[in-house]
Amino acid sequence: MNKYFGAALVGAAMTVCIGGAQAQTGLLAQIKSRGQVTCGVGPGLAGFGIPDAQGNWTGLDVDLCRAISAAIFNDPLKVKFVPLSSKDRFTALQSGEVDLLSRNTTWTMSRDTALGLNFAGVNYYDGQGFMVRKKLGIDSALKLAGASVCTQQGTTTELNLADFFRANKMKYEVVAFATSDETIKAYESGRCDAFTTDSSGLYAERLKLSVPEDHIVLPEIISKEPLGPVVRHGDDNWLDVVKWTYFAMLNAEELGISKANVDEMLKSENPDIKRLVGTEGKFGEAIGLPNDWAYRIVKHVGNYGESFEKNVGQGSLLKIARGQNALWTKGGLQYAPPIR
Amino acid sequence: MTDATTENAPNFFIRRETLPQEAAPLSVAGPVAWIRSNLFNGPLNTILTLLCAYIVVTSVPGILRFYFIDAVWSGTNRDACLADKIGRPVGACWAYIADRYQYFIYGSYPISERWRVNIVFAMFALGIVWMLWNKAPMKKLGAFFFFVLLPISAYVLLLGGPSATGFLHILLWVLLALTAYYAVLSFVPGIARFYTGPALLAVEEAAPPWKRFYRPKRLILMALVAFGIIALLENAVGLPRVDTGLWGGMTVTFLVAAVGIVFSLPLGVVLALGRRSKLPIIQLLSVVFIEFVRGVPLITVLFMANTMLPLFVPQEYSPDRLLRPLVGVALFAAAYMAEVIRGGLQAMPKGQYEGAMSLGLGYWQMMRLIILPQALRIVIPGIVNTFIGLFKDTTLVTIVGIFDFLRTIEATLVDPTWATPTTRGTGYAFAAMFYFLCCWGMSRYSISVEKRLAAGQRR
Amino acid sequence: MSTVSTQPPQPGKASLFYDPKIRGYVYQLVLLALVVFVIYEAASNAIENLRAQKIASGFGFWHNAAGFDVNQKLIPFSASGSTYGQAFWVGLLNTLLVASIGIVLATFLGFFIGVARLSSNWILAKLAMIYVEVVRNLPLLLQLFFWYNAVLKPLPEARNSIALPGNIFLNNRGLIAPSPIFGPGFSMVTLALFIGIIAAIGFYIWSKRQQEATGKQYPNGLIALALILVLPLIVFVIIGMPLTFDLPQQGRFNLTGGFQIFPEFVALLVGLTTYTAAFIAEVVRAGILAVSRGQTEAAHALGLRPGPTLKLVVIPQAMRVIIPPLTSNYLNLTKNSSLAVVIGYPDLVQVFMGTVLNQTGQAVEMVSITMAVYLTISLVTSFFMNIYNKRMALVER
Repeated sequence: MNKYFGAALVGAAMTVCIGGAQAQTGLLAQIKSRGQVTCGVGPGLAGFGIPDAQGNWTGLDVDLCRAISAAIFNDPLKVKFVPLSSKDRFTALQSGEVDLLSRNTTWTMSRDTALGLNFAGVNYYDGQGFMVRKKLGIDSALKLAGASVCTQQGTTTELNLADFFRANKMKYEVVAFATSDETIKAYESGRCDAFTTDSSGLYAERLKLSVPEDHIVLPEIISKEPLGPVVRHGDDNWLDVVKWTYFAMLNAEELGISKANVDEMLKSENPDIKRLVGTEGKFGEAIGLPNDWAYRIVKHVGNYGESFEKNVGQGSLLKIARGQNALWTKGGLQYAPPIR
Repeated sequence: MTDATTENAPNFFIRRETLPQEAAPLSVAGPVAWIRSNLFNGPLNTILTLLCAYIVVTSVPGILRFYFIDAVWSGTNRDACLADKIGRPVGACWAYIADRYQYFIYGSYPISERWRVNIVFAMFALGIVWMLWNKAPMKKLGAFFFFVLLPISAYVLLLGGPSATGFLHILLWVLLALTAYYAVLSFVPGIARFYTGPALLAVEEAAPPWKRFYRPKRLILMALVAFGIIALLENAVGLPRVDTGLWGGMTVTFLVAAVGIVFSLPLGVVLALGRRSKLPIIQLLSVVFIEFVRGVPLITVLFMANTMLPLFVPQEYSPDRLLRPLVGVALFAAAYMAEVIRGGLQAMPKGQYEGAMSLGLGYWQMMRLIILPQALRIVIPGIVNTFIGLFKDTTLVTIVGIFDFLRTIEATLVDPTWATPTTRGTGYAFAAMFYFLCCWGMSRYSISVEKRLAAGQRR
Repeated sequence: MSTVSTQPPQPGKASLFYDPKIRGYVYQLVLLALVVFVIYEAASNAIENLRAQKIASGFGFWHNAAGFDVNQKLIPFSASGSTYGQAFWVGLLNTLLVASIGIVLATFLGFFIGVARLSSNWILAKLAMIYVEVVRNLPLLLQLFFWYNAVLKPLPEARNSIALPGNIFLNNRGLIAPSPIFGPGFSMVTLALFIGIIAAIGFYIWSKRQQEATGKQYPNGLIALALILVLPLIVFVIIGMPLTFDLPQQGRFNLTGGFQIFPEFVALLVGLTTYTAAFIAEVVRAGILAVSRGQTEAAHALGLRPGPTLKLVVIPQAMRVIIPPLTSNYLNLTKNSSLAVVIGYPDLVQVFMGTVLNQTGQAVEMVSITMAVYLTISLVTSFFMNIYNKRMALVER
């Protein structure tokens, strides 16, 4: 068969091909000359990355891409979003099809090391949880013995689920589907008692149910899922850009700089604020960006808190509490190194 | 045989006395007799008839009630289709289809660019009619349109962006240069003699210059016109790139089917010829390819295209996500097509081959001019059946994450805007109608061709 | 037009380049070189890419712990101790299970509908035609979605299962029935069953010979039934009925205990059966139509009724036409069972090319193994079919 396969490949390469990046010059320089950032996002998870009917992407993960675009081009719209399934997200990143991956990706050691990737931070602290029907009258995942659980196949979710029930010596029945749509549909139609995925996903998937109020998310979190943006090994400057874009959003929230007041803050005398908005020091230059890079981010996209509330928090349908994702000053885990 | 042998025969199964005369049948013509002889002749048939009647009586009114009488035809969200909101039993929620039909047709293709899809649809329809309608003129031109112009135009129009339009411009320049070259050859007297042999001139000199120019070069002219229009469109309104990730709905379903059809037919011909070739290596490669592909499910081929294809090429040429299943489907269909065409080749009488060879035709001339035109014609029904299978199989691309028509239906089923108890039944019914109309239409066509061919055979 | 040559071809003078034999060799060599080159390129790219992506290769994963669970398994499998290799067998057995049951059911349904389409009963023939036209012209995937949701949706929740006689329960988790627990000595019953089957076959052969010799017919069916069922039953009663049942109990979520038939299995089985039956019906119809009308008329003239005519005259002859396409339909059913992946039935593709592939990331190995399995099934079936066809063809004169 290979004869035709090869011919098709040659044809494929000649007609439609997504040019990959050459690694000789830095990725940032390439992005600047190309005029847009290519950002790998999820295929559609409400609150984190989802396109609307017109194809405009919104979400917490999407905002990070927009912030990077704002920092580089002073325009949050110069992003090309590539929807990637969980199966081929890493291949797409490794092959240079996307510049970064900002789509609910758990930071694990093997991914960070063996796969040749770098995680630039944790923009959402997540963990796997369960959703059940209210009328079952269950308030804890430890009471799920004998339940049947719907899950998506081929994810760590499936493994965590097995570990959790094994560790607690409970019997269960797993029903695994290829796509999240099939999974939530089967759960809704009563095939399963519980639905499991990352708790952020639970809130997002709950919106797809016809009566979301009939379902509750159980308090237990059975795994650590720090989600964050990912880049390839081998381009430290680009890693810095992604990392500090995210830190700038966090620092802006910590310093009280928001979309609304960022222009006033240009006149601030607070040295921390001055360094952030670029009126003091040349911090942008060090990573190949203009000095007002952080100002641009906040101006076009907002700080981390704004992005959170707008996309997944109280300003959204998901209504996820800040919880672990509050700033360290407010009892959460979100902590950014200072700009100085 | 004499009477004596019959009477002396030991066979106990021969009746020896006359049966009493039976009563005359009630009637042998008219509806009553028809019913008696077709529905109630014998106890088993009566039971079967009653059973079938029961099935019809219980299912048909229910279906009619659900899909027509109780159906909801207009509305903007699920409240229109919830029984307790509108106070009557609710059947199919057609309002949901009406609300989402744009999504079913175009997927997430940007609204401002959808006219491009419409043009491709129109060209596709034109090509199909041209190819399939028996009385359509200039079939060769039609084939060129369908197999060459349409794919290139669709590629440029649907994808757009610098790479596609750049490709279009190169094509246009090449075509213009060719046209100019031929124009000089035809209109400037004397030059032609310089370039071509005397034999060609003897045929062509008699024709007036414009005819000499037009007749053989009309393919180029048509390509020039088609691409010129697209280039003008591009100049007027621009063709920004629309990434394949945004394509969806029926657009993708037709695209997958069309790519399968356009590539599988020539590939299938090549494979079938290869399988019947006398050259051992060519034959072996063809057989291995055909049997391998026919021995595995399409899903595995699609998975292979999706996960292994990117590994087989250098990383910077990683194929587009939509292109991968297209390659898979085209190769898969080609193997099945090859077997159909091989049947046609085998059905050709040996005399046709011998006749062609005795005329001094070479292998390719013989195939192109004598064998293939006849062989392909007799297997048209088989080819259409393969297309039907291919069309149904396009649904499998959803498994590798492509938003085809069925997938867009599935996607809207988890959308709470239209989450009602009857949405699912409506969505599946709509999908079923779509696929049924397409496949059934094709099978009707194949039957009519079969009849036409049979008429030719009957004589 | 341009091929009108001015000089007659001169035999013997043609250069080596125009020798068709030599040309053939050249073509083949070029093609072979091209294929080898493409394979080499693909392989080297694959090795390069795998190394760059740090994906392991080879079959070492086979003995690694799987760490996930599967609901329907014919062999013991659990997250705690099972390997990817065992997951492969679980998936393969599930594929074979649904395919083999599907083949049997589809054959019966297909023959019935194929015969019904030719029935003189107008309404039956029309219904059969509508069935065939509708089912054949819809994608199987859509039908599976329909069956899965049609089988699943209307059934009650686990808490109010439909109780069927004999402690069998039906709900949207499937069909839950008591599972037998075999006591000591039960193997005697199994043995008796085997003896019964062998005796039945022996009797059938004997009665056939008797019929050919004397024309006397025996009630084969009844006697076979008695031998196969009654003999083990007697043994079972004699040794004191060593059989108990694990009865389903209502648990917090679902019935526990007993054995469960999952709705995914039912949906896939029904979908495959009804879909393939429509194709088999067409094959059967074509086969019956291929038997010349004279055969039927001759049988009627001999006084055979329509039933025996079909059974003794038409079908045996039609089988010769039917068998080859029937086999390819069986293969299609087996290959189509891979669509299980969309409704969550753990078949080979779902377990192995889905879950295991995603856990290990070794696409090349998983896809190759899965393809090899289907290819083996196909090739083995065609092999036996060819043997069968040869034997059938000998009957023809």
